Parts: sequence; structure tokens; C-alpha cells
Amino acid sequence: MSDVTPVDAGLFASLDPPRLLGSRCGECATVVFPTAQSCPRCSRAAMAPHALADRGTVWSWTVQGFCPKPPYVPPVDGFVPFPVGYVDLGEVIVEGHLLVDRALLEIGTPVRLALEPVRTADGDEVVTYAFTLDEEAA
Amino acid sequence: MRPEDVYVVGGGMTAFGRHDGTGLDLAEQAVRGALDDAGVSWADVDFAVGGSNVSGKPDSLVSRLGLTGIAFSTVKNGCATGGVAMATAVSALQAGRADLVAVVGFDKHERGAFAADAAAYGLGSWYATTGMMVTTQYFAMKTRRYQHEHGISDRTLARISARAFRNGEAHPLAWRRAPLTEEEVLAAAPVNEPLTQYMFCQPSQGAVALVLARGDRAGDLCDTPVRLAAVTQRTRRFGSFEVFSPWLSHDPWNSPSVDAAAAAFAEAGLSPADVQVAQLQDTDSGSEMIHLAETGLCKHGEQEQLLAEGATDVDGALPVNTDGGCLANGEPVGASGLRQVHEVVRQLQGRAPGRQVPGGPRVGFTHVYGAPGLSACAVLTV
Repeated sequence: MSDVTPVDAGLFASLDPPRLLGSRCGECATVVFPTAQSCPRCSRAAMAPHALADRGTVWSWTVQGFCPKPPYVPPVDGFVPFPVGYVDLGEVIVEGHLLVDRALLEIGTPVRLALEPVRTADGDEVVTYAFTLDEEAA
Repeated sequence: MRPEDVYVVGGGMTAFGRHDGTGLDLAEQAVRGALDDAGVSWADVDFAVGGSNVSGKPDSLVSRLGLTGIAFSTVKNGCATGGVAMATAVSALQAGRADLVAVVGFDKHERGAFAADAAAYGLGSWYATTGMMVTTQYFAMKTRRYQHEHGISDRTLARISARAFRNGEAHPLAWRRAPLTEEEVLAAAPVNEPLTQYMFCQPSQGAVALVLARGDRAGDLCDTPVRLAAVTQRTRRFGSFEVFSPWLSHDPWNSPSVDAAAAAFAEAGLSPADVQVAQLQDTDSGSEMIHLAETGLCKHGEQEQLLAEGATDVDGALPVNTDGGCLANGEPVGASGLRQVHEVVRQLQGRAPGRQVPGGPRVGFTHVYGAPGLSACAVLTV
């Protein structure tokens, strides 16, 4: 995994295994994603880097049915509708792509963090985070 | 009529849909319509407020309307632009800094979904690059979660759309004038599940203008001036579920619409139960469903029964989006909030261009919601 380039290095605490990096407020314990300098709940600037849980459950979801406008770049073979959702990671609910079969998707579906290749507007092959079915919990 | 109260004394609007002219052309047409409706000229206006999201600088309208030297404030607050423009105008009147104010909102959008710049919202480019900076995703996911928590069926979402298109059919200025059955709405292409093509409004084109005056002049300018009993705006507090959010806190239902609506009813000295006609932000049928409860017009979950009973129809107990709302008019972002006010004003005056709410309604309500999480509400009375 060391040869992959993240779409934004600031999103990740580590790539192998994949872990997302958020911030946790030292004053009120609020956890946010991605990282932030100050707390949106208490306004204080006491945020520290905080790796997020890599397993959770689908909190809500949809299927992106049309190709988003740039800078989104569809796959080489053309746009395919993709599921996207909010995943409850315990301390915070995070939005991301869902690499889960449409038929298995429902609120409460257990998922775990994964990496997904995407292309940037500059033509670079990078990875973003996504959530895939958590077979162990399913 | 108390002199310090603020009234709508004139209104003008273009048809909504697609037009040949520029956004500024539409705005000029709306302002001239509102001035004619109030029986005043541009030279009588001593303060103006305008809003447009993408279609030109509102204050450049002075070169068309007349270079009279007045102050002209511009606002830009996403889908809530019209509500914020009106709130700005009311503040000037109440402060005694103006006597006759023109408010104008307009936009002329291209086809297709709205594009948004991640950096403008303080987000990294990754968010848009990965295809998540899409407003319709948000509406769909908020709707699905709400359905899950409150037991609302897809059929209710379809009923909202079908009613919107029925009302649009009767309205001479609406864009979508063809009625659709609930089955047609449900069977349409899924844009973002659970919302189908006909459960979403589309970016469109149009302009609306209002002329506002204080109570000491309103009666001279208008046969039936409509009082702005309250105009409020609120941004989001912690724990809300907003568009373009990479993360949420738990139980994120602390909506700015709840706060803005509660403040509006408190300021007006009225309650949601007093409302006889309401215009709610319906960028999609899920949003209208949620806003019905967030503004206090019903309880959470009660929408299922209200829609099934036809309570939100023009002849129901709580007529909603009587001009077809965003669903039938599309959304020229800068104009949309003022369209709501224009429609409520005409309903309260008993001269609705489309379907008139029977029985002489005396209390109306408007609500807009915009990115990145603000709401503006108004209570209007005659």
C-alpha cells in the first residue's frame, strides 16, 4: 500500500491499514472529520489529531444516480451510479462512498473502512476512503 | 395600522422557467412590476436590497432603473437569499433609515444540477473530486434517515410532488404546468434514492420584487397591505444535518429552520396553528416533508397522515406551496424566497394568480433554507 497516493493526505492517520484522521476537542471531547483547528461546538482551539474507528454501521445512504459535475472525474469506462452514505463510527458520523451491493444496503448495515481508487481532474490515479461490507459483523 | 410595522405594498414577478433575457433583464422586469403594483416610481424608493447567486451584481440595476443615488445592499445566502434580502429591508425600515424599500431577487441558472466550489465552503478539493459535493445526495440522505426515524413512506413523498404539480398547473407564472400522478412520480428515474426525478426541483430562471413600507404610508400605497409580522433568519447550531457535511454529530436534528421558525412565531405573537397558508422550501419533496415539522406546522411523523388526507391541498386545513413551490417553479436561487412571499401576499389579498385558498386566509408563513445551513422565515398577516 505504500505506493498509493491519497486524494488528500490530511484525511488519513494511516493508509495501511486505512484509518481516517479527525480531530478531538480537548475541552468538550467533540470529534470532527476531517481535522480542524477549532471546535465547532465550544469554539476553543484545543483540537488534537484523533484516529477514527475503522468499523461502523450505515446511518443513512443514497445512490448517486447521475454523474456529478467536475472536478469529479468518472471512471475511464464511464459513469456508473455509486452508493454513498453516512457511517456511524461511534464518536462521529462520516460521509463516504459505500462499496456495498445495493441489495445489501440498509440503515444499520455493518461496514469497515477501505481504500478506493479514484481519478483527479489532473488525470492522477489516487485513492480515497470508502466503506465496504464488514463480513465479520454482517 | 401602527406606523412602526412593515408592510408589503407591491409585488412583481416574472414567470419562472427558462427565458431569453439576462438575469438583470428579469430583475428589472420584476422591479418595474412591483413599482407599478404599488403605484410608485423608482425615484420614490430610498433604499434597495437585491440578491442573486450567479446572475450579476444586483446593485448594477440602478443603471437601468435610475441613478438616484440611493443605498443598495446586496446579499448572497444561497437558497435563503430572498429571505435574507427581505430581513435586511425590514431592518432598514424599522431603524428609520428608509421609508420605501425595493427588494429584488433573481437568477438565471444553466441546465443541470447546481455545481458548488469546495473551497468556497471551507472544504478540501477531495470532497468534490470524490463526487460528494452534490446537494441532491444530502437531500436524499436526510430524507431517508427522517423516513426511518418517523415512519414516512415513499408514497408521502410522491403525494407532495403530485400536489405541487397540481398547484403549478393552475398558476400562470409556474414553470411545470403538467400534473403528474403519484405513480408517475414514484416510477420516475431515481436521481438520489429514495428521491426520484419528479421529487426534485430543477435550477431555473426568474425574478421577484417587492416594495415595502412602514405602517404610516402603507395604507396610502396599497388597498390591502400585507403586514410582515416577523422576518427572522438563523444559521445552524451545533448538531444539525446540513448540506456539504463530511461528518455529522449524533442525533443531528438541531435545524436552523426550527430556530428561525420559532423566532418568527414568537416575534409575531402567533403560533403555527394560526397559519392558514404556508410556503416551505421544497427543493425536493423530502425537504418539504421535513420542513413541515421543523417549522412547527405539524408533529414529526404526522406528515404521513396529513398528506394522505389532503390537508396540504389548497382547500385543506393547511395549504402548502399553493403556487407549486420549487417543485413546479424550479429554483432561481436568488428569487425563490421572494416568490414564496409574493404568493402569500397574493393569497392574503385574495387575488392569488393560481388557486386561491378559500375562506379569506389572514395568516401566512414562508420558509427558506439554504447552504451551508441557514434558514429565513416570515409571518405575514392581514
